[in-house]
Amino acid sequence: MLKDITIGQYIARDSIIHALDARIKIMITTILIIALFTIDTFMGFGLFTAFVLGVILLSKISIKKVLKGLKPILILVLFTLFIHIFLTNGGEVLWSWKFISIESEGVYIGFFMVSRIFILILFTSLLTLTTSPLQLTDGIEYILSPLKRFGVPASELSMMMTIALRFIPTLLEEADKIMKAQQARGADFESGNLIQRAKSLIPLLVPLFISAFRRADDLALAMESRCYRGGEGRTRLHELEYKYYDFVALGMIIILAAAVSFY
Amino acid sequence: MLIELINVSHVYQDENNVKALKNINLEINKGEFIGIVGHTGSGKSTLVQLFNGLIIPSSGTVKINGKNITNEKSNLKETRRHVGLVFQYPEHQLFEETVYQDIAFGPKNLGLNKDEIQARVNEVMELVGLDYDEFKARSPFNLSGGQQRKVAIAGVLALKPDVLVLDEPSAGLDPQGRKQLAELLQYLYQELEMTIILISHRMEEIAELSSRVIVMHQGEIVIDDNPVEVFSKEQKLHKLSLDLPQITEILHRLDERGLKVNTSLFSVSEASAEIIKALRSK
Amino acid sequence: MSLIEISGVDFLYQNENSNRPALQNINLQIEAGDFAVIIGSNGSGKSTLAKLLNVLLTPSTGEIFVDGLNTNNPDNTWKIRQKVGMVFQNPDNQLVASMVEDDVAFGPENLGIPSQEIRQRVDKSLEMVGMSGFQKFAPHKLSGGQKQRVAIAGVIAMEPDCIVLDEPTAMLDPQGRKEVMETVEYLNKEKGITVVHITHFMEEAVDADKVIVMNQGEILHKGTPKTIFRLVKQLKEINLDIPVAVEVAEYLRQENINIPDILSIDELVEALC
Repeated sequence: MLKDITIGQYIARDSIIHALDARIKIMITTILIIALFTIDTFMGFGLFTAFVLGVILLSKISIKKVLKGLKPILILVLFTLFIHIFLTNGGEVLWSWKFISIESEGVYIGFFMVSRIFILILFTSLLTLTTSPLQLTDGIEYILSPLKRFGVPASELSMMMTIALRFIPTLLEEADKIMKAQQARGADFESGNLIQRAKSLIPLLVPLFISAFRRADDLALAMESRCYRGGEGRTRLHELEYKYYDFVALGMIIILAAAVSFY
Repeated sequence: MLIELINVSHVYQDENNVKALKNINLEINKGEFIGIVGHTGSGKSTLVQLFNGLIIPSSGTVKINGKNITNEKSNLKETRRHVGLVFQYPEHQLFEETVYQDIAFGPKNLGLNKDEIQARVNEVMELVGLDYDEFKARSPFNLSGGQQRKVAIAGVLALKPDVLVLDEPSAGLDPQGRKQLAELLQYLYQELEMTIILISHRMEEIAELSSRVIVMHQGEIVIDDNPVEVFSKEQKLHKLSLDLPQITEILHRLDERGLKVNTSLFSVSEASAEIIKALRSK
Repeated sequence: MSLIEISGVDFLYQNENSNRPALQNINLQIEAGDFAVIIGSNGSGKSTLAKLLNVLLTPSTGEIFVDGLNTNNPDNTWKIRQKVGMVFQNPDNQLVASMVEDDVAFGPENLGIPSQEIRQRVDKSLEMVGMSGFQKFAPHKLSGGQKQRVAIAGVIAMEPDCIVLDEPTAMLDPQGRKEVMETVEYLNKEKGITVVHITHFMEEAVDADKVIVMNQGEILHKGTPKTIFRLVKQLKEINLDIPVAVEVAEYLRQENINIPDILSIDELVEALC
């Protein structure tokens, strides 16, 4: 059910990858995303995947778990693949029937794009798998904090993310419960055409929103009573501190990315 | 046999793979009032969700009215018409603009016509003690918590189920709200001959209302008997860290201290009368 | 001066159409070290009163002093909120962070406490509520009673003089209720923290120093548990739950059986045998 959506949910392990500073991990991920888009051969993808697999091994998270988390994006991947296979023209015609034709360019680009998406999500999910949501939001706050003087509310943004992360599991659980309660009253979420299905979600969404608002109200009170007044003057339980191996890792990635791009 | 569970086990498919139910065999007959007690996490809620196919067990067979519902997915809607389920804090699932529409949601899903729906809404509102003309056009969200709960229960009753399952229906209600609920359940059971399955932490409620009590512990049924028998097993319940009804606790303690009283009374007034009688004859 | 002094307080919600004030002419003192229990049914104004103590609301008329600080003065707000911590009813809606230790740290972080000291406070607070070892847990993996204890730890970590608990047990199962009450009693008796516990379960008032009964925005009775529990009839009239032992004692008294004031099953059994 809904609860099974676990793209990149944090898995605590005692590994080098987990110990890396969140800011460094965010920077590394960004660099790798750019590098990935400069790769234009399957060979490059292969090497890149090998590298990511290495990182997974270092993170001590089983590959099975990582892949299981990717299941929900399978549809997106297949969709992309089919779009390209059927709609991209060029190259030899491999197969055709009436107005539909599959051409070699489409197959090539299809698989190319799919590989790219797959690798992209694989290693970005690694970021969230190995970094606790709190470190992640802290990291983002630090990275954004130079923008504070231009009026970007970095601390507030990161607080919003923290809260969102805290409440996602609670709301998913709740959605599951409401869904069951409505099914028990004969609601049908599974059949009918698209419009009927969208309509059938009303009994789920209305209570869910009401509950989310109630929770938001309660939470705002609770936060106020615990002296929350914005980011100013706040300290942290976990101060982010760079360690030497953070820079080692960053350096390695920069060299690697440069090598990949020039190759 | 209304509900029959044969060798039912259930494991939740998530990261913890909790074994929620272990090899349950259970028969529930028409006209029973069953109280289910047990700790949070003992499997009570999982168990009752089997009764109308909201959960399909990992293994074993569930039969409702003799029909196996564990392998015929298509008929679940039909099953749900027979087994009504009121979840914990059911007022959290209200969604319509008016009380009338919310209660009518179930009957509408059953495909009833307008007149039938209206008749049912009218009927169940009277049952739960909400005046039809006063409340039908009001928004459920502007009602008090107790009234919202009534609307939600009415919404399930409107399906006219043979079996009504309620998960902690009295949680958060004040004494008056609890009393009204108890009276409703008693009426449904005695006058309308509905089969009732009640999950509750309030042993008082269970003892006073049910004809049969099922005690669950770590996914298993550990006691299944009438309330007098169940609540005489003081030691066993304490071991499961479950409480006796307070009044039963008092009677037991007095009995142990040599004041001979009948320990099988569950109403406070009756028990008090019994204590008075015992004191006077001492 | 008492830790909390409430004098002549009325409170009227601005947005509602009803003209009946949520609180009317409240006068109350709570001493440092007290275990005060406020009981009342839904709509009695008890939650409103709780919010006034923590400056989430300020009185429409009258004044409240916390440790000598007037809640009407906006300059005092944050000082008072540090002195009076608050725990709410719904365990799910007051935990901010997705890890227990980060949630407990939330208050001290807001106060600007240095990070090393936060660490100590977090661990100490979790130990005080019996939740050591749960530092890295996600809140949604905890039971209701555990979540409430984490919420209490989050308040204690701010080192308040007083904790106000607004129906912390209302949504819990018996096990959770027991855990929370034991924790609160421990903090009061052993750690000397003043407690204002708001509830509609009368059993939870048995061990109080002071019981305040509220109804329709007014204080109906004030006194020790024994004097309050004698008022069985009045309490039933305002829709409160009477502990069964107290009710039985009342039945016996009606039959002219002489029973002293009792609060619990133990005392009832002692009195009868």
